[in-house]
Amino acid sequence: MARLVGGVGCSHVPAVGAAIDKGKTGDPYWAPYFAKLEPARAWMAEARPDVCIVVYNDHANAFSLEVIPTFALGLADEFPPADEGYGPRPVPVVRGHPELAWHLAEALIMDEFDLTLVNEMAVDHGLTVPLSVMFGEPDAWPSRVIPLCVNVVQYPPPTGNRCYRLGQAIRRAVDAFEGDERVVVFGTGGMSHQLQGGRAGFINVDFDTRFLDGLVADPEAIAGIPHVEYLREAGSEGIELVMWLVMRGALGPEVREVYRATHVPTSNTHNGLLVLEGA
Amino acid sequence: MPAPRDYDDIPGTMVFDGRRSRRGYALNKFLMSLNQPANREAFQNDEGAYLDRFAVDDEQREAVLRREWLRLIELGGNVYYTYKLAACDGMTFQDLAGEQTGMTAEDFAKMMLQGGRSPEGNRRRGESEAR
Repeated sequence: MARLVGGVGCSHVPAVGAAIDKGKTGDPYWAPYFAKLEPARAWMAEARPDVCIVVYNDHANAFSLEVIPTFALGLADEFPPADEGYGPRPVPVVRGHPELAWHLAEALIMDEFDLTLVNEMAVDHGLTVPLSVMFGEPDAWPSRVIPLCVNVVQYPPPTGNRCYRLGQAIRRAVDAFEGDERVVVFGTGGMSHQLQGGRAGFINVDFDTRFLDGLVADPEAIAGIPHVEYLREAGSEGIELVMWLVMRGALGPEVREVYRATHVPTSNTHNGLLVLEGA
Repeated sequence: MPAPRDYDDIPGTMVFDGRRSRRGYALNKFLMSLNQPANREAFQNDEGAYLDRFAVDDEQREAVLRREWLRLIELGGNVYYTYKLAACDGMTFQDLAGEQTGMTAEDFAKMMLQGGRSPEGNRRRGESEAR
């Protein structure tokens, strides 16, 4: 049986990708942030996942307003980095895991999660920045990746509770997969940030801390946070945090917090990084 | 009239809901087109002629040509779509965020380095000076 070996919560700030791609990680602005990644990368090197299920959102690249799937699962052999308006990131092509992806599609839909299935899809910074954060700059990504794309751009995103339940269903599906793959689930995006309007630049460290504490110890309560609270307390783009609940749901009721790092600012964002293992 | 939403009282925040998505559909379609290098080149060669290909209205057209960033959001632009235009001009996401607040890029960057805009006084209209 496939085995879920851990979960990663990770912001997906495009400027972090740009700092890596342009060789600026040692600059005074970036060095303190990148220093905080090392323990998480060391954990990942030991975890040796064969497959990472990366829960992220597309930012007007694979999808536009023409079609807006709430949950879209990537089934392809590979996923190229997207041109987001300024050329694609110079990172390796993301290699999929169609066997596990199709198993997830069948298991999750039969478990009443009505996913959109995607056979061709470019992946943007929402997916590639977390890979860079956890794997650095390899010539090829050391793990296969199954993209699970969540709409958080067109309001309303799915509820936190729906995301949490989807994570629980992913766990049931992974446990039932006949293979010996080691699986890590990523929940990406957030933490507090706001990119639009006169309130742009909004950061709420207290909210983010409560979110992380609760995500670890009392995820059912965190799953009940209504959208208006994310918008008000974490900023209009902070609502991406619902995607961390998919990761948390997959880990089971009790978890061990392996590592946590936060940093402000990375561009406009209170950056979060969390590594969890099932207890 | 669509019913008011529970988030409408958040100051300086235009949640990209159905109301704004409908208002901005053609504008966002134009912005999305800038993902393709050939379209970026065509736009940069003749902005007005390129905009003629899209059903943007006069207000949206003016806001694009004048790079009125906050106005673009008010007219239904989504911030991720709008960033594609900003990227054409070589702007970072922090530049785009800062431009909408009326602060200078320097002041905005300094605010972020000092921990960002505080939630205190910025949760509800009336307690806030944010626009």
